[in-house]
Amino acid sequence: MKILTLLSFFTAYTLTASVNIEDSAGQFFSSGHTNNWAVLVCTSRFWFNYRHVANTLSVYRSVKRLGIPDSHIVLMLADDMACNHRNPKPATVFSHKNMELNVYGDDVEVDYRGYEVTVENFLRVLTGRLPPSTPRSKRLLSDDRSNILIYLTGHGGNGFLKFQDSEEISNVELADAFEQMWQKRRYNELLFIIDTCQGASMYERFYSPNLMALASSQVGEDSLSHQPDLAIGVHLMDRYTFYLLEFLEDIHPASKTNMNDLFKVCPKSQCVSTPGHRTDLFLRDPGSVLITDFFGSVRKIEITMETINLTDPIKQMEENSGNDVQTENNTYVDQLPVSEIIHQKPKQRDWHPPDGFILGLWTLILLVFFKTYGVKHLKHVF
Amino acid sequence: MASYWNRNPIRVFVFLILTVFVVVRSNIPSTPGEGAEERRWEASQVGDVDPGMSVAPPHPHTNTDSFQEELVVRPLHSGDIYASFQFRTVWEADFSRGNKVSHYQLFPKSLGQVISKFSVRELHISFTQGYWRTMQWGQPFLPSPPGAELWVWFQDSVTDVDGTWKELTNVLSGIFCASLNFIDSTNTVQPSAAFKPLGVGNVTDHRFLRYATLPREIVCTENLTPWKKLLPCGSKAGLAVLLKSEKLFHSSFHSQAVHIRPICQDQRCKSTSLELRQTLNAVFDLHTSGQAKREWSLFKMFSRTLTEACPLASSSKIYIDITDNSQGEQFELSPASSLLSQAVVLGDRRTFSVYDLTDQATFGSTRSLNLLIRLKSTDGDMLRPLLHAERYVAGYGLQTGEIHTVMYNHHPYRSFPVLLLDSVPWYLRLYIHTLTVTSKGKENKPSYIHYQPSKDRLRPHLLEMLVQLPPNSATEVTVEFERALLKWTEYTPDPNHGFYVGSSVISSLVPSTVATNTSITQEQPLFSSFFPCKEELSYFVRVYTEPLLVNLPTPDFSMPYNVICLTCTVVAVGYGSLYNLLTRSFQIEEPSPGLAKRIANVIRRMRGVPPL
Repeated sequence: MKILTLLSFFTAYTLTASVNIEDSAGQFFSSGHTNNWAVLVCTSRFWFNYRHVANTLSVYRSVKRLGIPDSHIVLMLADDMACNHRNPKPATVFSHKNMELNVYGDDVEVDYRGYEVTVENFLRVLTGRLPPSTPRSKRLLSDDRSNILIYLTGHGGNGFLKFQDSEEISNVELADAFEQMWQKRRYNELLFIIDTCQGASMYERFYSPNLMALASSQVGEDSLSHQPDLAIGVHLMDRYTFYLLEFLEDIHPASKTNMNDLFKVCPKSQCVSTPGHRTDLFLRDPGSVLITDFFGSVRKIEITMETINLTDPIKQMEENSGNDVQTENNTYVDQLPVSEIIHQKPKQRDWHPPDGFILGLWTLILLVFFKTYGVKHLKHVF
Repeated sequence: MASYWNRNPIRVFVFLILTVFVVVRSNIPSTPGEGAEERRWEASQVGDVDPGMSVAPPHPHTNTDSFQEELVVRPLHSGDIYASFQFRTVWEADFSRGNKVSHYQLFPKSLGQVISKFSVRELHISFTQGYWRTMQWGQPFLPSPPGAELWVWFQDSVTDVDGTWKELTNVLSGIFCASLNFIDSTNTVQPSAAFKPLGVGNVTDHRFLRYATLPREIVCTENLTPWKKLLPCGSKAGLAVLLKSEKLFHSSFHSQAVHIRPICQDQRCKSTSLELRQTLNAVFDLHTSGQAKREWSLFKMFSRTLTEACPLASSSKIYIDITDNSQGEQFELSPASSLLSQAVVLGDRRTFSVYDLTDQATFGSTRSLNLLIRLKSTDGDMLRPLLHAERYVAGYGLQTGEIHTVMYNHHPYRSFPVLLLDSVPWYLRLYIHTLTVTSKGKENKPSYIHYQPSKDRLRPHLLEMLVQLPPNSATEVTVEFERALLKWTEYTPDPNHGFYVGSSVISSLVPSTVATNTSITQEQPLFSSFFPCKEELSYFVRVYTEPLLVNLPTPDFSMPYNVICLTCTVVAVGYGSLYNLLTRSFQIEEPSPGLAKRIANVIRRMRGVPPL
């Protein structure tokens, strides 16, 4: 009897253990991405929009902390708040009024700054249509196995987002840009977060698959800012991103929190506006999507059984330093050679004949002509 | 045959003209390169003086890079303090013959690839925040204008200099996280006499030189981070540990620069190596920290102390300028150092107290070095700089104005020539016929003027003049301009801030009281060996003026919205009224009777009686 109970306990234990292994193994291969990218954009200019830069930098900080390297982050800040002359603490951007957290940090790399943050540049980064001499740090080099996080903040309205007080991007343009990205296979899954007034209008028009969107307020509502700081003199952060940052500070690279927890960030009691989300275009169930799938860079390893042939080893080039040794002495150039400069002839692009040449030429022609034919033909020419 | 000529003199005439025309055209050189080559002037004569500016200690025949770092601290008369970092990496590679390099040791790979790909001979880039106050702080070791400045000498092998320049600026904007991609043909100039190469070289054809400034460029931590990553030790060891952004940007002046140039490997200068100098100058204000104590320390300036030298550095030194402190009356320095050194820098012989960080004894028992400078009295004159310049905009209104550049020569009896380089954007239309140069009330005719007019939306004005400054005088250069109206898409998002005009550059050979060292046999500190010197009695100096902020006539950008609202309202009101007038017809309508009458009417209808 005892043996039977022991045996039954043992079988039950192995069964549950095996189910756990299968679950975790299944979860290991559930998301199909191999690399992570982030595009973080702040679209507002001027000192009183300090909070938008603080929003973007706090998301940047969380994303870097969870593992996405600077080479995979495209950070666009429309104005410089840290080294602004009105900042009482230069080279810092704070998120909390007691100046606890400097979200600017010591090793920030801003890819697009100042006047470069335009609608055109933003859409070009998303779709990859950049001029050939654009450096790598300014490109979104994602492929079809990339999970991309896109975060936008600024001033917006019903169906548009304002860039730098002079132009707007509409929700139709944004949806079309995402469709272009889908057709060019530039993303595996995309998480779109927007923190502006009436933010939910920006994701209404999406129609490409594998998009999940979050917004800080519904259509007709304003997103509010959190708290001002009396020393700096402006509002430091927006409410939605403040609570989002608080939520993300608890996430570490191995945490298993999923998207349903993210949807619960900042309820109406804290945010005053109603955050919204959209998951109908997303193929997986949001409960099975980890936060670190988008905010962190957790690498998955794929094992292959195939063999790869390496190419022949690189032969070292012989150094031909013996042949062409310069025989003349090099010297430093005179920095201000006054006599050379005074006697320098001005450079001329087009060649002009020397002065008086044309006049002399005409005189010669006339002389020859009238010598040959006599003066009586004068009236035919003139 | 002769009769033909006699009969048709007109045809003969035309034939003669044509032949002459053909002959004249064939004399014009076919390629502009050939023509320019004929008129290229020779480089200056080389004397028999040793050209050796080689500062590197003699190396054995190993292909190793060398790295030196130093910090110079100079207390200024107003109580502020000037700190200048210089980091020098020398790379034993020669690009002039088109060699390909793929092995990088101490030299950063990102810059090495840029140099080899774009065939760059010399590259100078600086990012500055703030303006250097020459009259209060003296001359800097390495001057720089506010904003970003980039000038590059390309190798002779480059065929399309403009295309290469555009690609180079894009690549550098990615490396330094700055918006250098805004450098295009509208703010690039090709100086004809200024900005001679600072490295070795025999040929100087100004076709391969490009110069551009961005006065609006902001400098912040995102520019310092990649700059620090170019150092061999990064910001982990050595003097770069002190470079923390919170303190560095809380200063009156901050400038970081990268200079790449070829230098002589040894005294005979048969082969060249590539030198990378990274410099960072900062001036800290005494009153911003809020403390009342008049003292400076490494911890107060940088919020860090030093614990070790960079292990990859062959020399790591700190120099404190104690020239004005011979009896200890200006300030007190602790811990005291026994090493002293003298150097001639900027025409003046200065004495320095030297701390060698490669020597473990410098760090003492606490294993950290925190230099303390306690300021005592504020007496004494500062050595007045001999050359100084100012620039401002005069005039009123938004249509015209005048640019005044004033250059001061404070030498009591010597006059010297200066080369003034002005690059003005196309939207300020200069009237060069109003250009006047006056010194001491009289007209001063420049001995060389090069002016390239601007083309709208294509290139800026370039004005270079060689002016002789009389002793003890102020020379004023005035030119009138007119402001252009831009197209509405060309305005920046904040046009009411104004538009910047880059600083003027004034280069000159200033006579010095102390003989400068032109040939160096022993090691020289880095700060005194940047500008090469040919003569002993003068030193080369470059002064930058302030940038100008000019308001252009700005339209009211809300007007399209206003116009649409107004037009729609007018159309609605006007058309609506007209439509009503034409199509409205009036009908007489009986007023509806009250409730009692209606009930009475119902009863009456039931009875068959006509209603009320």
